[in-house]
Amino acid sequence: MGDTPDRSANAGTGGPRVTIGHAGSAGAALSVDVPVTPADRAPDGAGWRGGGGGGGGTGLGGGGALPRRSAFGAERLFQGFTMAAGTMVLVIIVAIAIFLIAKAVPALNANTANFFTFEGWFPNEAQPRFGIGALAFGTVLTSLLALLLAVPVALGIALYLSHYAPRRVGTALGFLIDLLAAVPSVVFGLWGRDFFYGPVQEFSVWLNKYFGWIPIFGGEGPFGRSILLGSLVLAIMVLPIITSLSREVFRQTPTANEEAALALGATKWEMIRTAVLPYGRPGVIGATMLGLGRALGETIALAMTLGIVSNISFNLIENGGNTVAANIANAFGEANDVGRGALIASGLVLFSITLIVNITARAIIYRRREFTESAA
Amino acid sequence: MAKRIDATSVTAYYGGFKAIEDINLTVEPKTVTALIGPSGCGKSTFLRTINRMHEVLPAARVEGKLTIDDQNIYERDVDVTAVRRMIGMVFQRPNPFPTMSIFDNVVAGLRLNGVRKKSVLEDAAERALKSANLWDEVKDRLGKPGAGLSGGQQQRLCIARTIAVEPQVVLMDEPCSALDPISTLAIEDLMFKLKDRYTIIIVTHNMQQAARVSDRTAFFSIEQTGDPGRLIEYDDTQKIFSNPSVKKTEDYITGRFG
Repeated sequence: MGDTPDRSANAGTGGPRVTIGHAGSAGAALSVDVPVTPADRAPDGAGWRGGGGGGGGTGLGGGGALPRRSAFGAERLFQGFTMAAGTMVLVIIVAIAIFLIAKAVPALNANTANFFTFEGWFPNEAQPRFGIGALAFGTVLTSLLALLLAVPVALGIALYLSHYAPRRVGTALGFLIDLLAAVPSVVFGLWGRDFFYGPVQEFSVWLNKYFGWIPIFGGEGPFGRSILLGSLVLAIMVLPIITSLSREVFRQTPTANEEAALALGATKWEMIRTAVLPYGRPGVIGATMLGLGRALGETIALAMTLGIVSNISFNLIENGGNTVAANIANAFGEANDVGRGALIASGLVLFSITLIVNITARAIIYRRREFTESAA
Repeated sequence: MAKRIDATSVTAYYGGFKAIEDINLTVEPKTVTALIGPSGCGKSTFLRTINRMHEVLPAARVEGKLTIDDQNIYERDVDVTAVRRMIGMVFQRPNPFPTMSIFDNVVAGLRLNGVRKKSVLEDAAERALKSANLWDEVKDRLGKPGAGLSGGQQQRLCIARTIAVEPQVVLMDEPCSALDPISTLAIEDLMFKLKDRYTIIIVTHNMQQAARVSDRTAFFSIEQTGDPGRLIEYDDTQKIFSNPSVKKTEDYITGRFG
């Protein structure tokens, strides 16, 4: 859709401006602001762009009767395609939910302990006993701890990359961060288990010695294969996601707003606090929630680094800890029918936790929408 | 509350490109000075050297001397943020902080200076908004987003934000170019009012506006694209528009070029 002859002929005539949408069947839904002189708007419809494929007499621009809208064309096809793609999301979600519920219910009925309060996971016995409480607790605790450790660092890196680093350094470092995101989680698990375990264990012993009076650092040991190790590995895993997304939103801060802050006499940090951080807030919340989503669902790295003990304890450094996803990975191999159903039930709980997290994030962003929408 | 500005052979670069060369100009306190000239002649660049905003851009630098009441703002140990607090700036496009309410926008500068007391902020906000002729329009919705106002109101909000910190000098970089005639008139009226307290320098493409609002006018021009901008003529506005002494100025204001 280049400049059609009639359009360029009219450019600058200063006639009434008419906005034309639906510019032919092949056109994208771009609104083109075209000046149209009264002479163009003859009763036969000249001046209005005809339909697809040489619709009108003399030129693209008009003459002759208005052609009919085509009943089936690329426009409709594309609309149908996007709608199908959109619907697919819904179908997949519903299919997963049905699968989980159908498999979980029989196992839950066979459970002889309370699913929510029992601390332990023995679904393969003749009298199946299993409870989700400890696993859900472990999942939430490791994920929150990982975010607590990762978010400040990620925001620091993102701000450095977007506002402090020289361009070349920023690009190189950004590339490394993206590379970190591409490392498979099993590699993180191996690294955490065989290498990172050492320093974390020594650190845990030190913590226990000097801060043992704080319950989360207490206990008799052994230390190391703990919530702390799992959370640290998890933190490193979610770091790149949060960093990349935050860097992007920080970069998009309008220069006009940064200059406004600087012109008021703000230092660089004050400028960031006044213009960049508030502007990036919804994006940072979104990035954090994506990171939390990854942390909640992380399976193999935690299965390899945690002590795999199903109990509810806030102790961060003693061997222990288990999560829903790690438990599925560890217990699936030797699970019988009820065992698998029980694991699926735990999957359903994980699904609900993720759902709640996402809804909360939406609610936080929605509450400030008046300010973020006008920002666009 | 107003100060004299003295520029002595100010030259500004963007990397290797020399944007303005050897600008010498004195601005008296409590006057409005208009900078006019064709696009790319360096008037905005010169304006941005006055509050050291030029150097915010990567690889941009300034040579020469610029004094505010005999204090050179380009001296090595001068605190840039202090200069910018003293010399406020209003930009071409209204740029209220999008995430802040009207009130928060106005007091943003004060908060940056460590003012926390609510009553002080409220007084300052009311005073600044009244000075900017915006108070009556927004007094009932100070908590609403600043970006929700109309373009003209946003620009007056930005002016209120600038004068809330009580600067000595107010720089305006084509403040009306994105506004309709009625909003433009409102801002021109405002400039008359602010002149009593502040030294104002305004860049404008609109020569009627320069003639209407300013006491003195500086005409900038370039020989050809790629050359640095120079100050061609600087005189009383009346003289510039009725009887300019340089041929080039006359050609420009009569519309023969530029």
